Amino acid sequence: MSLAQIEIQLIAVVVAVACAIPGTYLVLRQMAMISDAISHSILPGIVIGFLITQNISSPILIFFAALTGVLTVIVVESITKTKLVKEDTAIGLVFPAFFSVGVLIISSQLGNIHIDTDAVLVGELAYAPLDRLIIFDIDVGPVSLWVMLGILCLTLFLLFFFYKELKISTFDAELAASLGFTPVVIHYFLMSITSLTTVGAFNAVGAILVVALIVVPPASAYLLTNDLKKMLFYSSVIAIISAIGGYWIAHFANTSISGAIASLLGLIFLIVFLFAPDNGLISVMSRQKRQKMEFTLLTFLIHLKNHSFSNNNPPEREISHLTEGHFRWNKSLAKKILDFAEKNNMISIESGIINLTERGEKFTGEALNFILNNEISKLEDMNERFLLFRG
Amino acid sequence: MFEYINLLLTDLTIQTISIGTAIIGLTCGMLGSFAVLRKQSLLGDAVAHSALPGIAIAFLLTGVKDTLLFIIGAILSGIMGAVWIISITKNTRLKSDSAFGIVLSVFFGFGIVLLTIIQRKPNANQAGLERFLFGQAATLVPSDLTIIGIIGILSLILILLFWKEFKILTFDTQFATTLGFNVQLLDLLLTSFIVVAIVLGLQAVGVVLMSALLLAPAAAARQWSNKLGTMMVISALFGALSGIIGTAISASNLRLSTGPIIVLIAITLVLLSFVFSPSRGLLSQQLRYSKNRKNMRLNKTLEQMLEIVDSHKDYSHPHSIKLLNDLQGFRKKCLKELENLGLIKIHLNNWSLTEEGYKKAKSL
Repeated sequence: MSLAQIEIQLIAVVVAVACAIPGTYLVLRQMAMISDAISHSILPGIVIGFLITQNISSPILIFFAALTGVLTVIVVESITKTKLVKEDTAIGLVFPAFFSVGVLIISSQLGNIHIDTDAVLVGELAYAPLDRLIIFDIDVGPVSLWVMLGILCLTLFLLFFFYKELKISTFDAELAASLGFTPVVIHYFLMSITSLTTVGAFNAVGAILVVALIVVPPASAYLLTNDLKKMLFYSSVIAIISAIGGYWIAHFANTSISGAIASLLGLIFLIVFLFAPDNGLISVMSRQKRQKMEFTLLTFLIHLKNHSFSNNNPPEREISHLTEGHFRWNKSLAKKILDFAEKNNMISIESGIINLTERGEKFTGEALNFILNNEISKLEDMNERFLLFRG
Repeated sequence: MFEYINLLLTDLTIQTISIGTAIIGLTCGMLGSFAVLRKQSLLGDAVAHSALPGIAIAFLLTGVKDTLLFIIGAILSGIMGAVWIISITKNTRLKSDSAFGIVLSVFFGFGIVLLTIIQRKPNANQAGLERFLFGQAATLVPSDLTIIGIIGILSLILILLFWKEFKILTFDTQFATTLGFNVQLLDLLLTSFIVVAIVLGLQAVGVVLMSALLLAPAAAARQWSNKLGTMMVISALFGALSGIIGTAISASNLRLSTGPIIVLIAITLVLLSFVFSPSRGLLSQQLRYSKNRKNMRLNKTLEQMLEIVDSHKDYSHPHSIKLLNDLQGFRKKCLKELENLGLIKIHLNNWSLTEEGYKKAKSL
């Protein structure tokens, strides 16, 4: 590995972690798209900052751009407050307006300067190490690495000291307010950090990768854990893996590093989305299927119990009743439920008439008891005791 | 302006661009109404970004730059993105904002990977692809117009065909379910239409500004009407207007690119609607508030006067104005207004209730 390669990966890793931490809170607060809005609406801030300083990585420029980011949030919130449109519409209107202004300033003032809109959007990590920080004639490394390291340290410092405040205001804003932390202050503090991170990162990785790094690792982590600390840790790990992995994919496929990192993040999210133990698609689907089965079985058993004493009225207990009588199930569902009930020793079938077994009687009786006493949550526990879905 | 009208009558390019952006604005305005009302505002942004890999793959597979081909590719991958968004919000605990963010950034990132690969190919002149990314209305040609026109008309016909279903889906999904409509299918159908409008809009304003082109006309129209049909017509008109005016401005000054101008015009329309809408606008809201405040103040003064007056048998007995000075909410202006309304009489430094004023004060 050459020095440039190490530096690129270092920048990628620092950016990734710096984004994942505020991202965790944004995802939990359902404000993920704010990062998208900020990442685009900082353009006029960058352009104006550039007109003033003539230096793309000057601190004044970063300050100006971060201010524009916070301004976006303020504008979005004041529009939402008028109740003329919903918040998402406000977001969707404000950032294109800011971006348009930025584009127009560029096209009318900065015809030949190297900040063009696609560079802002896409970014090119490969060029990041070219801009060196030189102190007393000593080359100490790429500017963007130091800028992002600074922002990351600030984020970690604030996270460490305000962890409790952030946590409470994220999960229970009213409690936070009643305890005396103003949620508004914490909100703007989070927005400022997000804005600062986005501005710091845009030059190195581009607006879209910033959004990917802010949203995707925390979203994946959220499907894996219920614990905030673990979520912060998992999202950082996912961010680091995709930063380094994405770099090497881009290296071997000779393509854009930002794009490769975003794609790898997408792949990781897809895997988590499908296979996460409790919250993944497959797990959710199978749980829904099981619950549907349990519900159908219970309805069927209660029906049998209702008619168990009427020996002179057996049509209600005939197999054909499931498809033609009150239930009107289709044949495959009827067969599935019958097999399921029989396999679980809930029913016995004699010459087309269905009877509850002793076990079935007990199960239905208990279930009815829970339902009548409004203790429906205990039904779940019954399925385990009766080993409904063994093997 | 006059120069532009002259150009519009004579210059084929300007005619093409104006008609193109007008139709695009019209279609986006129309379908944007649904996006705004269904709280899918940011869908525009997410889908616009997720169209990129579709365009890139269409080019990689065929090697030709063809508007229709790109549109089909964009629509397919846009729909894929939209379906993933729906699936994430429906099946996991992630909310729509995260779903939008994920799909937007991941699809776009993948699209960039493909674009970089295309760029490296020897035959690649990717100007046609860039048009989709950053929207260059100036590159619209008459053959594009046909495609845009046909797609616009098709979506109009389909909306009219499914009008009732879409309306019910937008305002009361659960009711639609109980009526036996296949809500999931309708949702997919409507979302696909929105995707189509977005893909058309990409050519005029590009990825980033797309969400504004979709939302702004609808958000503006929403301020003028409470009826879906009316709102959609107004929204379509606003959309077309933004397209035409935007083209006109950028045609008269070549340094201003069309996309941002169109978007800024549309957003200006939104701001104007926010302020001046007769029923919901901020201006009429303020007027209503201040009128209410004034009425409250007058009524309060009148009530307090009644208390003073009630200590005498004769309601028309005059009292000193000084008596009122300590009362809460009293202002000199109130007296003048009450007098103008004929509720009190003022004589030198004294005031007295008229008969009308007494009755009004009693009824408060």
